[in-house]
Amino acid sequence: MENLNGYLIISAILFSIGTVGVLVRKNAIVIFMCIEMMLNAVNLTFVALSRHLGNLDGQVFVFFIMTVAAAEAAVGLALMIAFYNNKESIDVDDMNLMKW
Amino acid sequence: METLFFAFISLVAIVSAILVVGCRNPINSALALVMTFFCLATYYVMLDAPFMAAVQVMVYAGAIMVLIVFTIMLLNIRVNASKIATHKLVLGSAIGFFTLLNTIVIILKSRAALPNGPYSSTVIKQVGHTELIGREMFTNFLLPFEITSILLLVAIVGAVILAKKKI
Repeated sequence: MENLNGYLIISAILFSIGTVGVLVRKNAIVIFMCIEMMLNAVNLTFVALSRHLGNLDGQVFVFFIMTVAAAEAAVGLALMIAFYNNKESIDVDDMNLMKW
Repeated sequence: METLFFAFISLVAIVSAILVVGCRNPINSALALVMTFFCLATYYVMLDAPFMAAVQVMVYAGAIMVLIVFTIMLLNIRVNASKIATHKLVLGSAIGFFTLLNTIVIILKSRAALPNGPYSSTVIKQVGHTELIGREMFTNFLLPFEITSILLLVAIVGAVILAKKKI
């Protein structure tokens, strides 16, 4: 496959945009979506390299990453709802109970 | 032709990814994220992995995004349009930019190993991608597959306990 670097660079760009989103935004749900985007960028790297090497292990890994992302979505969104019930806000600046 | 299509999909993916970060309303971010996921599914099809593309559309663009949109609608947060709710914009962008620079330098300088695995494009087209993934998953990766079920069970229990008012 000749275009491996193209896929890897797209994946790097998506990962970096996700990083910027996590660092810059304050809305917890948007941060969560950016984390999902970073996971997807890594998935793209896995699939591209697995295709390049002719080895399917990477795609099975992508499957497990998707499972972890689903579990993370369930628990994370439940956490956000619980937090919103307490504080009427989902800004990450308001989540400072454990800050010293 | 394929290069042109790749460039087009990349453009859509990057623009929608930027929209995810840039949109002020979380609903718009969620819709842009769906677009990004569809672009990634297209990449998977181009990489001879149609099963991964189907799973991507069903699990990510279907299940997870419905969950996120549902939460956004449920919380019904009032968008404060007057003030831009961000942390240190310059610092975050600089860190992201250096991450990108670093990764691209590493990608361009390094060399992946030569393709020597058994699953070439012709084999995948002959046997079928889903069958190959299934064989791999239920033979070599059987134990991780079973552990995954425990992970999902723990996640369900955790979500229920967190969402309940009184246990």
